[in-house]
Amino acid sequence: MEQLLALPIVRSFLPQGRKEIHLGDRLFYLSLKSLSVLIILSLCALVYLLWGMATPAFAKFGWGFFTTSTWNPVTEAFGSLAFIYGTVVSSLLGLLIATPVSIAVALFLNEVAPRPVGTVLGFMVEMLAAIPSVVFGIWGVFSLAPWVRATLQPAIQSYAGWLPIFQGPPYGVGMFTAGIILAIMITPTISSICREVFRTIPFTVREGALALGGTKWEMMKMAILDSSRSGIFGATVLGLGRAFGETMAVTMVIGNRPQISASLFAPAQTMASIIANEYAEASSDMHHSALAAVGLALFLVSLLFNGGARFVLWRTDRKFRSRA
Amino acid sequence: MNEPLPSFDLQRFDGRRRWKNRLAIVVLTLLTTLAVWPFVSILKYVIERGYPALTWTLFTNLPKPVGEAGGGIANALVGSITMVALASVVGIPAGIFAGAYLSEFGRGKVATTLRFTCDLLVSVPSIIIGLFAYTLIVIPMKGFSAYAGAFAMLMIQVPMVTRTTEEILKLVPQHLREAGLALGIPRWKVILRIVLRGSLSGLTTGVMLALARILGETAPLLFTAFNNRFWSEKLNQPTASLPVLIYTYAISPFDDWHAQAWAAALVLVLFVLLLNVATRLILGRRADIRH
Amino acid sequence: MKNLFLLFALSFASPSVFAATQLNGAGATFPFPLYSKWFDEYRKVKPEVTVNYNSIGSGGGIKALLEGTVDFGASDAPMNEEEMKKSKSPVVHVPTVLGADVISYNLPEVTKRLRLSGDVIADIYLGKITKWNDPRIVAMNKGVTMPDKDILVAYRSDGSGTTYIFTDYLSKVSAEWKEKVGTGKSVSWPVGIAGKGNEGVAGLIKQSEGSLGYVELIYAASNKLTYADIKNKAGEFVSATPETVTASAAGALKSMPSDFRVSITNAEGKKSYPISSFTYLLVPSTLAKEHGKEIVDLLHWVISPSAQKMAGPLEYAPLPSGLVSKVKAKVGSIKVE
Repeated sequence: MEQLLALPIVRSFLPQGRKEIHLGDRLFYLSLKSLSVLIILSLCALVYLLWGMATPAFAKFGWGFFTTSTWNPVTEAFGSLAFIYGTVVSSLLGLLIATPVSIAVALFLNEVAPRPVGTVLGFMVEMLAAIPSVVFGIWGVFSLAPWVRATLQPAIQSYAGWLPIFQGPPYGVGMFTAGIILAIMITPTISSICREVFRTIPFTVREGALALGGTKWEMMKMAILDSSRSGIFGATVLGLGRAFGETMAVTMVIGNRPQISASLFAPAQTMASIIANEYAEASSDMHHSALAAVGLALFLVSLLFNGGARFVLWRTDRKFRSRA
Repeated sequence: MNEPLPSFDLQRFDGRRRWKNRLAIVVLTLLTTLAVWPFVSILKYVIERGYPALTWTLFTNLPKPVGEAGGGIANALVGSITMVALASVVGIPAGIFAGAYLSEFGRGKVATTLRFTCDLLVSVPSIIIGLFAYTLIVIPMKGFSAYAGAFAMLMIQVPMVTRTTEEILKLVPQHLREAGLALGIPRWKVILRIVLRGSLSGLTTGVMLALARILGETAPLLFTAFNNRFWSEKLNQPTASLPVLIYTYAISPFDDWHAQAWAAALVLVLFVLLLNVATRLILGRRADIRH
Repeated sequence: MKNLFLLFALSFASPSVFAATQLNGAGATFPFPLYSKWFDEYRKVKPEVTVNYNSIGSGGGIKALLEGTVDFGASDAPMNEEEMKKSKSPVVHVPTVLGADVISYNLPEVTKRLRLSGDVIADIYLGKITKWNDPRIVAMNKGVTMPDKDILVAYRSDGSGTTYIFTDYLSKVSAEWKEKVGTGKSVSWPVGIAGKGNEGVAGLIKQSEGSLGYVELIYAASNKLTYADIKNKAGEFVSATPETVTASAAGALKSMPSDFRVSITNAEGKKSYPISSFTYLLVPSTLAKEHGKEIVDLLHWVISPSAQKMAGPLEYAPLPSGLVSKVKAKVGSIKVE
């Protein structure tokens, strides 16, 4: 044992400068550290394997993989532009709806609602985040999509039907429905972060605004919204990252058609939903590889957005801490 | 000073501000209602459509051939429980110990990297985890299996448990550790017996949240555990699960399958909400004690 | 922790009481209702064997067979030369039954069965006919008031034999279709929304008023979806039934190739339903020792009268009697290592 512990590689795992510690402690520390390294390695393996799977597709199609939108497993022509478009547009649509609602929820729960009401509603919004994606999906198929088809789309088309973005037959499923589902699913995320951000604002700031004779709304505008802009921004970016990766609910209501259409009511396809739809039954190795390449792109994008959001939020947090 | 101030209709101005304030509060209330509405609607649908289909045979029978009425979801229920259990046997201890590493020894490079890794893994879309499990398990084993499904769940569970464990162990007062060490108890015993055991209820909440999450995961199972119309007697066979069953039944045209999908959704939602509510109760109680 | 282990142990204890061998198959959704009925019944014939069949689409079935992740595949589209080349051991096509693609639609206000012709269907799927009250549809359906609604076109998202049969038919009846889209298990559809499997397309049709899509007959029949009479090569409007499907195969029987890979869409004959097809189980011509005998037994049972008589009630056409003996001989030629 002592010999083993003397090995340089083993020693590098041990706490430095604590030669006197108990053998049991050393072993315990060693095993915890190996476990941690194993978890870290698993992420490396994930990236490595994903890259390995995606390579044949990148090698064959090059940048064209991201700039063309033909997706034909039979002729083995693969371009992912339509899915990237679908992911970006449906997520932005979701964000467009979710951001004002989430800010309103955070303001209402933190600043307006009486305590018990706030607790109950806050609980309900947070539980929305716990509901599995596939349950949103089945609800979307049987409740939301029929409503969009029979009520929402005819209503919008009767007022703004001349706009290209609102044209097309009422399928019920499509980009717009996916956007609504995404909005519902990311609202808990954005609103709970906004609540945290608002909480970091010292009460003295609120009191100051009220003492100047401001109404409650003016207080919220001046003392809270204006000073938490970057925090709100971070929350929305995090929400966007969540929306990008959302799979099942979107797959079930987006119509699964790989096309770039001007109309928001047209069926579309996202990066996550194409993988969900086709991976288990992909018909060739190149098909598998192309799907993995879409997956790799999705992975990198979600990494970028989550990392970015965390950075912004971390900075806001620090700003307020240093001020308080 | 002698000159009177220029006349200024303060009352009208104030009135407008007050109206604006009222309007703003009404709008905030409406938007919050809008945000809560989907939760109510989903619950209503799941209960309304799922409850009538909740029968004893649903939980004990295998699915009937396509298009025939009746049958149950027993294999999916067992499949889900099997895979969650399989993942948890490895994932819960791994997560707790990794979390302990972060809170007790968490200053070095490895710890920083681990924290970063866990944050990344938590935010990676779960379907990507599925791709990983497919390449690592399904291809070498030449087939879909419960192992692959459980592995995908494991990859989602471990980082979650790790991070919550770290947060919870940080709440353990430093003097408890010092007291233990002062008595001459070795550090590993202090961590196991005092730190971990002392935060058992907190750790339970982290574990329950992770369980709720992996129980509802669908995307990573689609091409790892896949599906099975019968019992999977071995772990290396394709295995049915509740979320995949809900997905395949929901997009089918059969009324009977729709009813079963809603029933399965009800079961899933009940489980998940129950775990979440229990977590809150435990955490709420702890918070009261601390204050 | 102890409880967890207990749970763990329990969850294995219950299922392991059951059968000893499980055969895994995957592929076509077209014959899935019949296959799942068969494989359920098969447990009564051979309680020690369970057959787990997953309807993932013909394309997926062929792929799974080539990769060796399943014991047998299933497809409505015969494998093409390129796919045959990829297989280590030659693949045997075992025809099991015949079925039909129907053009199903959801128009509650129309009570009389619609009539459609191949060129009209092609133009709907090409996006040239977009309204239900298009003059060409109205002309074919005298006495029916067609609603002024958009046609919501549905197609298959997965690699599908049902799609192959349908596009094979459209390519035969429409030159424009053949040139712009062509035949395949998945093609670039000019318009429409996609559903996964026959189940998914039937689900879409059932969910959306004004929709139209192609599904296997039983998916329409068992869900009370309406479907159109189709104009055949002889100019007659024919309903899809097991009889009209069998009539389509009559011509092909005379010149059946030895590997059974044959298309019977747009067949001659007054009674022929034009969008019909055989559907196949696919197995390697040499099977591994493990499960080999069980697979051959299963294939023999599938073409036996007791299995074939289950086809009719599910709206499939049983194999014509002249063909059964040939298929039997073929199954007999499969070797087990």
